[in-house]
Amino acid sequence: MEINSTRFKHCDVVKVTGRVDSSTAPQLAEELAKITGEGRYKIVLDFTQLDFISSAGLRVLISTLKNCKRYNRGDVLLAGLPANILSVFDLAGFTSIFKIHTDVLSAVGSI
Amino acid sequence: MDLSDTQTRMTTRTYAGRYDNLAEIATFVRQEANLAGLSFKDVFEVETAVDEAVSNIIEHAYVGEGIGDVTVTCLPEPNGIRIILEDHGIPFDPACVPLPDTHAQLKKRKEHGLGYFFLCQLMDEVKFEFEKNVNRLTLFKNKS
Repeated sequence: MEINSTRFKHCDVVKVTGRVDSSTAPQLAEELAKITGEGRYKIVLDFTQLDFISSAGLRVLISTLKNCKRYNRGDVLLAGLPANILSVFDLAGFTSIFKIHTDVLSAVGSI
Repeated sequence: MDLSDTQTRMTTRTYAGRYDNLAEIATFVRQEANLAGLSFKDVFEVETAVDEAVSNIIEHAYVGEGIGDVTVTCLPEPNGIRIILEDHGIPFDPACVPLPDTHAQLKKRKEHGLGYFFLCQLMDEVKFEFEKNVNRLTLFKNKS
């Protein structure tokens, strides 16, 4: 897994490439905690190059979403999910709690 | 270790129960599911189910990494693929796993419990057996 974070004025874009499983999910959690730890709660996750995500990765996302939405201070938007991964999000019931955009630009524009 | 039977194409590999082996296990299972003729979607679902199952073995049966091995057997069948996972940890009782509420509001969402749910949703057969210090989980995926 590779993570590339870009800080913009009003949000952070985190691009995740490869596999998020029980081995790599802690690294994603650490990166997101670093951003929220700096008081930045508007995050766009760019999943266009994501190959796989397990429930360990989904736990990180739900925990980060809860943290960012607390006190209405922010949000976590998902962008560019490949179709097979979107099916996993749907199965987990995540499509009703996350705002999902087809591309990063529209996610950044709406957060 | 790779024990292959060319007639049945049954292939067995044994891995140390560590999370950093998940990617290698996924490659193995994906390759066998492709050879069995499963669709792209089915292969992805098998990969997801096996990842969740092996993660559960490490977390719940061995209660940690590097404690024991996980043996993965792939057996292609005319209508799908059978995958057998064996470990020597604490028997895992699926009846103890509460199903997640996938319709709950964000505040009420629990962060655990999705792994076993995925396993049951994505595979056509899920069978747990416990005998003589061996826990065996048999998964079957039909070709769609």
